[in-house]
Amino acid sequence: MTDTQMNIDEHSEGRRLRRKKQTVDIAIDIFLVVVAILMLLPLFFLVANAFKTPQEMLSWPPTIVPNNPTIENFSAVLGDTPLLRWIGNSLAFACLSTIAITITSAIAGYVLGKFRSRTMNFIFALFLATAIVPFEVYMIPLYFQAKSLGILNSVWGLLLGYMVMSFGIFLIRQNVIHSIPDELLEAARIDGAGELWIFWRIVLPLLRGALGALGVLAFFQAWTAFAWPMIIATTRESYTIEVGLALFQTGFTVDLGRLSAASAIVLIPSILLFVVLRRNFVQGVASTGLKE
Amino acid sequence: MLKRRRWIFAILAIMPTLALFAWVRIYPIADTLRLSLHKWDILSKNKPFIGLANFRELMGDQLFLDALINTTIIAFGVLILTIPTAMVIAALIFYRTRSRLAGFYETSVFIPHVVSLVPAAMAWKWIFDARLGPLNAFLSIFGIEPQAWLFDPVLSVICIIVLCSWQALGYAVLIYLVGFKNLPVSLYEAAKLDGASGPQSFWHLSIPMLKPITLYVSVVTLVSGFNVYAQAFVLASDAQGAPGRQVRVLVLDMLENSFRNYRVGYAASEAVVLLVIVLILTLIQFGLLREKGKA
Repeated sequence: MTDTQMNIDEHSEGRRLRRKKQTVDIAIDIFLVVVAILMLLPLFFLVANAFKTPQEMLSWPPTIVPNNPTIENFSAVLGDTPLLRWIGNSLAFACLSTIAITITSAIAGYVLGKFRSRTMNFIFALFLATAIVPFEVYMIPLYFQAKSLGILNSVWGLLLGYMVMSFGIFLIRQNVIHSIPDELLEAARIDGAGELWIFWRIVLPLLRGALGALGVLAFFQAWTAFAWPMIIATTRESYTIEVGLALFQTGFTVDLGRLSAASAIVLIPSILLFVVLRRNFVQGVASTGLKE
Repeated sequence: MLKRRRWIFAILAIMPTLALFAWVRIYPIADTLRLSLHKWDILSKNKPFIGLANFRELMGDQLFLDALINTTIIAFGVLILTIPTAMVIAALIFYRTRSRLAGFYETSVFIPHVVSLVPAAMAWKWIFDARLGPLNAFLSIFGIEPQAWLFDPVLSVICIIVLCSWQALGYAVLIYLVGFKNLPVSLYEAAKLDGASGPQSFWHLSIPMLKPITLYVSVVTLVSGFNVYAQAFVLASDAQGAPGRQVRVLVLDMLENSFRNYRVGYAASEAVVLLVIVLILTLIQFGLLREKGKA
């Protein structure tokens, strides 16, 4: 009798707790959805503005969704500015930088991870030490190097600043140490494999995931670079998209609708690219926080 | 014999990267230090060694001091706004990991961190616009007078802090999420058995245990805050004939001295100040981490 009574009590207690947990879960979900929407709102505004007519741009209070959407801003901005050229410059720069960083990090990370000695540890420490120094600190001497090479206003000048990445070497080294067993390399050596063959046929395939993450990271780093392209690329033809947009918006006659259209053209592909490569990117960034 | 061959491979393989590093990293860093001690102007032929004279001049340079103060306020403002928010959001996302929306939360918080700086800053510029912007429209609902966000000396700094925090938040949340995933589950279960509520275990367990991560994210946020440039450039420059108030930041002052006033040595000494700030922050981080290891 008392047993069943207690059982019923326990049941109603459990149900009450479960209902309370559900309420909390829903409250948290609502809060997080609001946060997520607030984070995306500025980007949504930008895209919405790109479709507004100049009259609507000036209306008060501002409209959120365009009343009669137009694509005139897009055609105007593509006609007036070398926007596609700038995007092309940025793409070329970002791709070259990604290739250079992936290659140097793969080789250096492997050597520093598997050929441990005092010299190698010293070299690694040197790489890490330069990582602490922000790019802005030494970009002026680097600019003069680009100048003396005669590669200002070119994609090669841009590349000069973004050929190596200390963090990339660190990331690959960590991966080499944790995911490539010494026994595997020793076995290959006993079978008579050369060092180059081992690197190419055994190490690189095993590093594919880490190199993918690093590649995405390197691409976005170059794509969003600002200060360095700002001093290197100073002619209208050599601007990257970031510099082009930043200087384009200082013009007095430019209206906000066109600016938004230009921005949207740049933003939408990079957001899509990010959503597609999200796993890679998150893996790459998350590993920046994990030390030894 | 075999060992030697392996060693030769290692040296040959590391050489190109090491040479590149020496060329595009180590040499320019050393050159910055050298230039900062010289009166190195592009125009004059003589570039004499002048010791610490550049630094002494900096201490009395009102433009530089303005830039230093603004940059420091921005860096710490971003820190104070970002870290607690990121921690709470990460805790809530982690709590709802099994929710179908978890991926959506993570992605949308992170997107501002990856989009290009300039278009994103452009979006905020419209939000803050005094005559047309939705922020003033929104505030007017509550009867608040429209503010000249980008012109007022105090408000324009706040605008930059908001913009930078919006961008920094995603990174901090991501790193905190990694931290939460690595915390021992058993500890939370024990706390729950002892009757601790969710917020209680967040306050008494998560915050102390995530201290190393907080330290790391704080230093990264501060360092990138000290390097702020693009955000100030875009928010403060003119559009539609309405010039915003220029918020002077360190990198801007440095580039102006170097490329507008042609005083490269002087600009280099500013770069050295920036370097010293960053080094101090990094040393504090290592120091606090070590202290924690001992305790």
